[in-house]
Amino acid sequence: MFYRENGQFKTSYRSDQQIFPVRQDRIFIFAVLLLAFVAVPLLASDYFIKALLIPFLILALAAIGLNILVGYCGQISLGTGAFMAVGAYAAWNIGVRFPQTPLIVEILLGGFFATLVGVLFGIPSLRIRGLYLAVATLAAQFFVDWAFLRIPFFTNYSPSGNVSVPALSVFGFSLQAAIPKYLFVLSFVVVFALLAKNLVRGAIGRQWMAIRDMDVAAAVVGIRPMYAKLTAFAVSSFIVGVAGALWGFLHLGSWEPLAFDLNRSFQLLFMVIIGGLGSILGSFFGAAFIVLVPVALNHIPSWFGLPLAIDTAAHIEHMIFGALIVFFLIAEPHGLAKLWTIAKEKLRLWPFPH
Amino acid sequence: MTTPLRERIGEVVLEMQNISLAFGGVKALTDISFDVREHEIRAIIGPNGAGKSSMLNVINGVYTPQHGTITFAGEQFNKMNPRRAAEMGVARTFQNLALFKGMSVLDNIMTGRNLRMTSGIFAQAFRLGSAEREEIRHREFVENLIDFLEIQAYRKTPVGRLPYGLQKRVDLGRALAMEPRLLLLDEPMAGMNIEEKQDMSRFILDVNDEFGTTIVLIEHDMGVVMDISDRVVVLDYGKKIGDGTPEQVRQNEAVISAYLGVAH
Amino acid sequence: MGFFLETLFGGLMSGMLYSLIGLGFVLIFKASGVFNFAQGAMVLVAALSMARFAVWIPNWLGFQNLILANVLAFMVTAVLMFVMAWCIERLVLRHLVNQEATALLMATLGIAYFLEGLGQIAFGASVYTINVGMPKEPAFIFESVFDGGVLLNLEDLTAAVIAALLVASLALFFQVTATGRALRAVADDHQAAQSVGIPLNQIWVIVWTVAGVVALVAGIIWGSKFGVQFTLATATLRALPVVILGGLTSVPGAIIGGLIIGVGEKVSEVYLGPLVGGGIEIWFAYVLALVFLLFRPQGLFGEKIIDRV
Repeated sequence: MFYRENGQFKTSYRSDQQIFPVRQDRIFIFAVLLLAFVAVPLLASDYFIKALLIPFLILALAAIGLNILVGYCGQISLGTGAFMAVGAYAAWNIGVRFPQTPLIVEILLGGFFATLVGVLFGIPSLRIRGLYLAVATLAAQFFVDWAFLRIPFFTNYSPSGNVSVPALSVFGFSLQAAIPKYLFVLSFVVVFALLAKNLVRGAIGRQWMAIRDMDVAAAVVGIRPMYAKLTAFAVSSFIVGVAGALWGFLHLGSWEPLAFDLNRSFQLLFMVIIGGLGSILGSFFGAAFIVLVPVALNHIPSWFGLPLAIDTAAHIEHMIFGALIVFFLIAEPHGLAKLWTIAKEKLRLWPFPH
Repeated sequence: MTTPLRERIGEVVLEMQNISLAFGGVKALTDISFDVREHEIRAIIGPNGAGKSSMLNVINGVYTPQHGTITFAGEQFNKMNPRRAAEMGVARTFQNLALFKGMSVLDNIMTGRNLRMTSGIFAQAFRLGSAEREEIRHREFVENLIDFLEIQAYRKTPVGRLPYGLQKRVDLGRALAMEPRLLLLDEPMAGMNIEEKQDMSRFILDVNDEFGTTIVLIEHDMGVVMDISDRVVVLDYGKKIGDGTPEQVRQNEAVISAYLGVAH
Repeated sequence: MGFFLETLFGGLMSGMLYSLIGLGFVLIFKASGVFNFAQGAMVLVAALSMARFAVWIPNWLGFQNLILANVLAFMVTAVLMFVMAWCIERLVLRHLVNQEATALLMATLGIAYFLEGLGQIAFGASVYTINVGMPKEPAFIFESVFDGGVLLNLEDLTAAVIAALLVASLALFFQVTATGRALRAVADDHQAAQSVGIPLNQIWVIVWTVAGVVALVAGIIWGSKFGVQFTLATATLRALPVVILGGLTSVPGAIIGGLIIGVGEKVSEVYLGPLVGGGIEIWFAYVLALVFLLFRPQGLFGEKIIDRV
């Protein structure tokens, strides 16, 4: 009844190629953006914004980056944490050595350095795949872990290895309070999500998916596997690096290498699998899910009068994530994003059963 | 019934000279030579295991022969790779369909336009006017192909969901999207019923007619081969045992015994 | 020179520990083509089970004998490993038969997370000890050759001997018994094995159980040395490079690879470490594996990986 496409004829390729061709989808997205940019700052508590929304947004951005590599191009990576670390530390180093640099430039440069490292560790993908590539990315993860811990140059000779950022501001506006931070992060995420969407629906996106689906056939239509794979690593690491810089600067404030360790890499991989491989929207779903589960585990049992100890909750979290990964891989490899699409299909027919 | 030689058939565009290919101890092809003329439809036939697919794989560079040379459009090659072949205007379909299962019909065929799309990554990311216009231009070309192959209703469907016959059309569409000079078809009619074979024959003839594409095809259905090809090469156990028009080949003793299994 | 020998021995010993874990990887990969990321979690669960049952069983049954407690705990844990293998085959492997390797890899990652959580809820999350009577005092050898002698860790030596025995018996099992033959057939060609009537599902349960018992032995040895704690699961990620070096399909490769990695780590840490800030143990093995991946992905003894068109 509500979700009908009747009457929405496309008369040009341009209109057929829009990101949201169905009018109801456009209205929905507009509403979501309105909610995000206007309602949330007015209504949400500082705690909600700082503890839930900002981490959700930044992790969703990192998940988009990882999804491009794993979901769209089919190259597995267990070293995402390392690229986030490069982004964060590079941005920080620039800020420390060139204090005049504007915040946005710092963050983008962080992404740029992450790109360099990403492409370097992506070179093995030209020769190996699957498990073997996973091992190569693990090498990146452990090496970067060590580098930021033991090479004093990167932490500006800080004795504890801990770094922190000064008070942040952009275009003269201070970013100390929750709402300005939130709007800054939100803007970054919306812009990058749009850029990512444009890439995956364009020529390079098709190249990536061709490599993922059958790289031998891709060569036959003239796609260069090297170009496709390295650009996937480059774009993915750039986005992940930017997310890393945002995470360090705007969420943590101060950090050490542990913030970007192997657990972070696994967490992002889970977001991408649960949310949906090969889906920008899915990255948001996955991030929301992973951010919400610990919160749910902390609050819901106490509603029933059975509060869980913190570490029990952590263990149950592990079990839930593990079980869900297996479940989604067996039942719905396209994750929550596919469930969303199926729900929309059903909505199309509603109130009719078929 | 003699097939009249088409007036459009031109000079030799592809020449295989003394091609020998072996995998370890297994000799797939032994000293094969034949040529293909521009605008013609050349069939490669032979019993199973004769080396036909290997021959096609050699032409577009998937396999490298141990001996022999390939001359394409006047240039001689000892080594070829699939990407270079694609750049030079050689396109192919696969016996087992090598479609990109995760993508829609439209996207699959659009990958065939890849070599002609030049927008850089930044232009694509920001969807600059030039990138958008290029996308639309190629979309138009692909839509014409979709019309030609009569698969309009399926353009947004993931190819994995289509029946086999339609998937074969998408495979053909992707190869045609490359606007190839030489089209290699590996058993385009395999697994099809009579109507589907008639459709596919019609498409192949139309492609040759409208676009002037030179076609080399592997096919088992003798009726189809005799009907649509201009010349035929016959392979058996990796060796060439016949080469000529369909009539000549049909009357060739060696070919007959190869198929009936009389003397080896 | 004496110090170098100590480092060398130390490396060889820790290498054997890695090999034990690597063995589990190789067994499962050989027989089912799956890389089992959950091997580490299995070691953790096995070690936890062993540690806890060795304490609970005497309490429940009311006796004090340590040896009996350990033996019973071992048997209970072995059964537990079988149950785990059966569940994994039934609930996960069976449904992912036609998926590509990457999906299976991620599934085992999911299993790993699940087991880590489950193990700690079932058995508790403190640090536990395993006491199976491993010698704890060091020994000194070559006292006549080197001043003060070369320090040898008897516990590690015992572990190395146990590991060698385990490998030998596994190798014997594969060669001599009918089940071993069936396992080798499955490793070679699933479909051919099926067509001669070998039941794939049963084979997989057997293989995962055997890998579980290997994990148990590894868990006992590691747990006895380091104590049983959560980090055991991820410490076993250190063993991944071992099978890359040795070859994912080679049992002797796991041993050789383990020794190379063990020695390499220790030697590089002692001699190279101070030059670059120390702590290079974390990545040495992985970077070595990376080099192998670029030039010889099948490792020293593995089968060449062929990509079919």
